[in-house]
Amino acid sequence: MAALIEIERLTKRFGAFTAVDDVSFTVNRGEVVGFLGPNGAGKSTTMKMLAGFVTPSAGTARICGQDVIEAPVAAKRALGYLPEGAPTYPEMTVTGFLAFIARIRGFSGAEATERMARAMAMTQLEGVRLQPIETLSKGFKRRVGLAQALLHDPPVLVLDEPTDGLDPNQKHEVRELIRRMAPEKAIVISTHILEEVDAVCTRAIIIARGKVLADATPKELEAPGKTLEQVFRDLTLKQEAA
Amino acid sequence: MRAALLVARRELSGYFATPVAYVFIVIFLMMAGAMTFSLGGFFNRGQADLGPFFGFVPWLFLFLVPALTMRLWAEERRLGTIELLLTLPMAQWQAVLGKFLAAWAFCAIALALTFPLVMTVNFLGRPDNGVVAAGYGACLLMAGAYLAIGSAMSAMTKNQVIAFVLAVAVCFLFAVAGSALVTDFLSQRMPVLAEVARALSLTERFNGLTRGVIALRDVVFFASFIGFWLFVNAVVLDHRKAD
Repeated sequence: MAALIEIERLTKRFGAFTAVDDVSFTVNRGEVVGFLGPNGAGKSTTMKMLAGFVTPSAGTARICGQDVIEAPVAAKRALGYLPEGAPTYPEMTVTGFLAFIARIRGFSGAEATERMARAMAMTQLEGVRLQPIETLSKGFKRRVGLAQALLHDPPVLVLDEPTDGLDPNQKHEVRELIRRMAPEKAIVISTHILEEVDAVCTRAIIIARGKVLADATPKELEAPGKTLEQVFRDLTLKQEAA
Repeated sequence: MRAALLVARRELSGYFATPVAYVFIVIFLMMAGAMTFSLGGFFNRGQADLGPFFGFVPWLFLFLVPALTMRLWAEERRLGTIELLLTLPMAQWQAVLGKFLAAWAFCAIALALTFPLVMTVNFLGRPDNGVVAAGYGACLLMAGAYLAIGSAMSAMTKNQVIAFVLAVAVCFLFAVAGSALVTDFLSQRMPVLAEVARALSLTERFNGLTRGVIALRDVVFFASFIGFWLFVNAVVLDHRKAD
């Protein structure tokens, strides 16, 4: 079976600066890939290219076999994407916002209602469903963004810092959610939190200055008697010195 | 088209969820009324038509429409929702069209709320209501042309002030292109350009329509003018969306 996410020699240059440099990897169903790297390493840019928001300078990516450049709408249909910072329309209510997403995604009537109810149940939003999003706390806002990404039960999930701004209990819940969904999906999450990689990811990709430095299971990375944190520091600082 | 209408619906309800809609409508109605009755001499003219009103609307729109469009894409950029909107499964032109349609429908609402003028003129005399209807149609087309320019300018910059100033400048250019001042100046120096300027003028065509002369070529001109600027909007958006 072909991988659900295929990234092929993806490159993004902004003027003379290369944000993402010849990155290739694939993600299969059942895998949760933790995308690690210092700030400005190119994590978000890679994810934005995967979501079809940033146009690559070279290379391409496929989601469920659909090329993000040649068949962007088909690729976006198979993708649930949580952009960095989980942006939402502040003046809308939670239900209003999710209903808009459901309709754009082609659901209507009872099916839309059912999918909204399911997404809100998965992210524990029922209590605030009629509140305008701008009145919600940061943790709730992030969960609204997450609900939006999960609404159509996509085979591929790309989540840019899904637990940023959540309290420890909420972090735990989001990780549980990701773990529950993992067997049927291909999931990529970006994070700064190394313990999160240990907790939910089946594979870790470390990226710095746009280049992939390591691609292995968290266990393998830790193998020579080091913690993941030491490995991360060794790899990324070594590269900065070079 | 379905996705474009869904975007338009969300946008339009967004206008009314914030004070933007109310401020715009109140200012528009107050200024339109004041200009028609005082500056336009609505009563003194002794004519049962809405000539003064239709004479002022394009100049009001010249400032009010860019105020509406300056936030169109700039606001999405500020909130980061542009990333959400453009990663939903729809083509980019659908998002562009949806936003334009919402703003256009909003202008139509503002225009429709000037209905007391129509009632007044019908109460006082016997106007040719066909001409009045043509005038309203012309106002709507004019608003559409300015909106299309304004939304393209808004896609070019994330700064709302720059978007506003650019939109006013470009709209003004097309509004005065056919005026004697411009064409005389050009015909003395570059006669070819004078012809071009006259052909691209919005005001000439607008005036023709408000006199009740509905020429197909004028309507086609407005439609292709709007189409052109929406196309510019989509191209600019595609290049600058992630900046």
